[in-house]
Amino acid sequence: MSMSLNSWSDALAQWLPLGLPVGLVIIAALPLVFIALYALTYGVYGERKISAFMQDRLGPMEVGKWGLLQTIADILKLLQKEDIVNRDADKFLFVIGPGILFVGSFLAFAVLPFGPAFIGADLNVGVFYAIGIVALEVVGILAAGWGSNNKWALYGAIRSVAQIVSYEIPAAIAILCGAMMAGTLSMQQFNLLQQGENGFMSFFLFQNPIAWLPFLIYFIASLAETNRAPFDIPEAESELVAGYFTEYSGMKFAVIFLAEYGSMFMVSAIISVVFLGGWNSPLPNIGTVLLNDWTTGPVWGAFWIIMKGFFFIFIQMWLRWTLPRLRVDQLMYLCWKVLTPFAFIAFVLTAVWEIYMK
Amino acid sequence: MQELEQAVNRSVRVIPQGEGRVTIEKDLSSEEMILNMGPQHPSTHGVLRLECKTDGEVVTEAEPYLGYLHRCFEKHAEVVDYPGIVPFVDRMDYLAAMNSEFAYCIAVEKLLDVEIPRRVEFMRVIVSELNRIASHLVAIGTYAIDLGAFTPFLFCFRDREHIMSLLEWASGARMLYNYIWIGGASFDFPPGFKERTAEFVNYFRPKALELQRLLTENEIFVKRTKGIGMMPPDVAVNYGWSGPMLRGSGVEWDLRKHDPYSIYPELDFKVCVPDGKHSDIGDSLSRHLVRAYEMVESLSMIEQCLDKMPDANGFDPRSAIAKRIRPKAGEVYGRAENPRGELGFYIVSDGKSTKPVRCKARSSCFVNLSAMKELSMGQLIPDLVAIIGSIDIVLGEVDR
Amino acid sequence: MEESQGTIGQSAVVEASRAAYAIIREKFADAVSEFDANPTMPFFEILDTSRWSEIALFMRDNASLRFTYMACLSGMDYPEDAKLGIVCNLESLGEHGHRIAVKVKCDRDGGAIPSVANVWKTADWHEREAFDMYGMLFTGHPDLRRILCPEDWEGYPLRKDYEVQENYHGIKVPY
Repeated sequence: MSMSLNSWSDALAQWLPLGLPVGLVIIAALPLVFIALYALTYGVYGERKISAFMQDRLGPMEVGKWGLLQTIADILKLLQKEDIVNRDADKFLFVIGPGILFVGSFLAFAVLPFGPAFIGADLNVGVFYAIGIVALEVVGILAAGWGSNNKWALYGAIRSVAQIVSYEIPAAIAILCGAMMAGTLSMQQFNLLQQGENGFMSFFLFQNPIAWLPFLIYFIASLAETNRAPFDIPEAESELVAGYFTEYSGMKFAVIFLAEYGSMFMVSAIISVVFLGGWNSPLPNIGTVLLNDWTTGPVWGAFWIIMKGFFFIFIQMWLRWTLPRLRVDQLMYLCWKVLTPFAFIAFVLTAVWEIYMK
Repeated sequence: MQELEQAVNRSVRVIPQGEGRVTIEKDLSSEEMILNMGPQHPSTHGVLRLECKTDGEVVTEAEPYLGYLHRCFEKHAEVVDYPGIVPFVDRMDYLAAMNSEFAYCIAVEKLLDVEIPRRVEFMRVIVSELNRIASHLVAIGTYAIDLGAFTPFLFCFRDREHIMSLLEWASGARMLYNYIWIGGASFDFPPGFKERTAEFVNYFRPKALELQRLLTENEIFVKRTKGIGMMPPDVAVNYGWSGPMLRGSGVEWDLRKHDPYSIYPELDFKVCVPDGKHSDIGDSLSRHLVRAYEMVESLSMIEQCLDKMPDANGFDPRSAIAKRIRPKAGEVYGRAENPRGELGFYIVSDGKSTKPVRCKARSSCFVNLSAMKELSMGQLIPDLVAIIGSIDIVLGEVDR
Repeated sequence: MEESQGTIGQSAVVEASRAAYAIIREKFADAVSEFDANPTMPFFEILDTSRWSEIALFMRDNASLRFTYMACLSGMDYPEDAKLGIVCNLESLGEHGHRIAVKVKCDRDGGAIPSVANVWKTADWHEREAFDMYGMLFTGHPDLRRILCPEDWEGYPLRKDYEVQENYHGIKVPY
């Protein structure tokens, strides 16, 4: 399987009709198209079904067997809706806000490694780029909130900006701990360093007695980065109707919504690359049962990273439907007085382990 | 110099420095923003408009504007005869319709010379307590969803569906029952109703405990509600608060115990007052806890009623109801303990006609909401939502 | 049995109200009327309307009265006397336990009753509602404006001679 697929991707890479690297573009675009079409669509469907089962109800059941075609129906509906722009809204900002959000959310997919060969851009500062792209979302949110000409939207946008900007710090420091363990910032290198016969034992989470702390800190901070509950006060439905995207309807709303699920997948993928091995198989080789070798390869790699991403998405949804939301000042307290000091402690301890114990 | 001083804003101070020079100091105070919550808003529990003056996230004043659901109950009551007012009373506090009918019938029966059959008394108490549990479930569920916990809302509504089925079985309607009539009730309990109610009581007891654990022991929920919206007991009494609001401030006052009606003196229950261990007495969490404890007390009351209730054997609950309800001349203020507080009816009858001269509904939510302006001063907007949720208003009763 | 208020229970309530009335009568003499000891709602009337807020403060703060809780303040229309009025139901909640009702009347056109909103905060919104529905003014009220009807509604709906207006902002009102 791996052999034939590698030759297939080699063949595609050498396909140069009219001298243009169309084959390479297809290789890079394939995972992105997969994510956008299926992962997000079924992410939305999954959220509705998972939340339904947690709340003792069924969720979408009508459209397609078990409601599988629900999101497609929703997208079709949103596509044909009237695109309403407020008369008093700042038209330029109103239109560009969702665009920036969407672009920012998907730009990070360029550095996500879906397999040994499938990566959009193998930057040697991949992780740094991924963290920095999140900052672009802030501009999009502000544009959306201000451009709506709605006091509630403005409230939501300002809260969201404060939240995202504050939580970038513990998130970045936690990733930095992971980068210290790897000694590099390149996403692909992270995966290669966690490759091994021991399966999940060679993941960074288990290589280091202190690695669980940055893992946990990054997970919590990433919830805040993507405005998910319990940090969803910017889109607090009961206070601000819908926060910064109150005034959006139709396709623009769909774009913002998809951008949120896109960034959910992105942070899940980042955390699984840095701490949980990315496209490496978690199954160890036990004696002659070479589970690890059997489950490694280009297609298997894509499978593993997507499964790990979905696992973290499931946990994010689980938390959303269980916990109430934190108030704005409690949120800020959590960031500055709890997560940031612990992130620094984790940083120092990781550094000590790496230098002296290894 | 004076003209200059008067010409500028009051946030600017002009200080003469002598020799014709001045220093102008401007305060960097931010302007107040007027923010309108409602009348269409997911968390105001109905069509309530709150005009908030905010300074950043801090609300300096939140004034409620009512009247969006005013349906002229009192004017209708003057043209409809006494039994015909019962459906109107249902529609005031639609979440606790049985309790509202109970209050109205007690008020009118004070002016009549009628002896209510003992079985009817037990029937009335059972359906009232069931409706109290249903109403508290809505209060708790919507409070949770206001604070962002989406799941308890659905758990509460799932359990409430069982109660609505029971009440539909007894009265024919899920929410607006027209069941408790002046002098009796409209239908007897169907066969098997007592057993199903007992089943429900056993089913719901562990669920009530689960709800407590899911919310009350959740640290985020406690942090959002503890210490928010403190109301000292004497101010609460002065505002006319009653029911769980007053008990949440520590005042032990329950009309079922302290001004008893119907067969409540025969039932053994305690007045639920928070003990101060989980919450600060007088804050939103106390009020929520009172409702949660009251649900469990209602369960035990229903069990006692089911035990003590006399048997049926072809009983007609309409036997004591006269053909024409014509109360003697006089006036009465009759009240009962609604899930939201004291629902009172001031009824004036002239003894000759079958329609009241005056029927004023003293609604609990109207009085509870009047304290909103004072409670909201200096709170953050998310806390404002927490306070409104703990007051548990139903706009149908506020506006009548 | 009719609820819990048997004849013995009811007359105990009336006697407690009578005792409370006696203290008020002693202090205010002719400003208050005789006590009407009817079994369903014992009440007395304030004859000297201008002293109503003084009497209210006395009723709330006097140590043996302590009417701390105003259950209800209803507006009333007396068309035969061409008067409007209010009926207040007061209770000493948790302390003495006695209750009483107080009636205050005023003229129909331009009549005014002193406001007791500073004595019992309950009265604040109840007086606004009475003004909204009947049209009597409450002197000294902090914020007397319509509460249930829209601000620019014409007429006072609960009066017995109320005629509904034809038009409200272009909407035909009578149906």
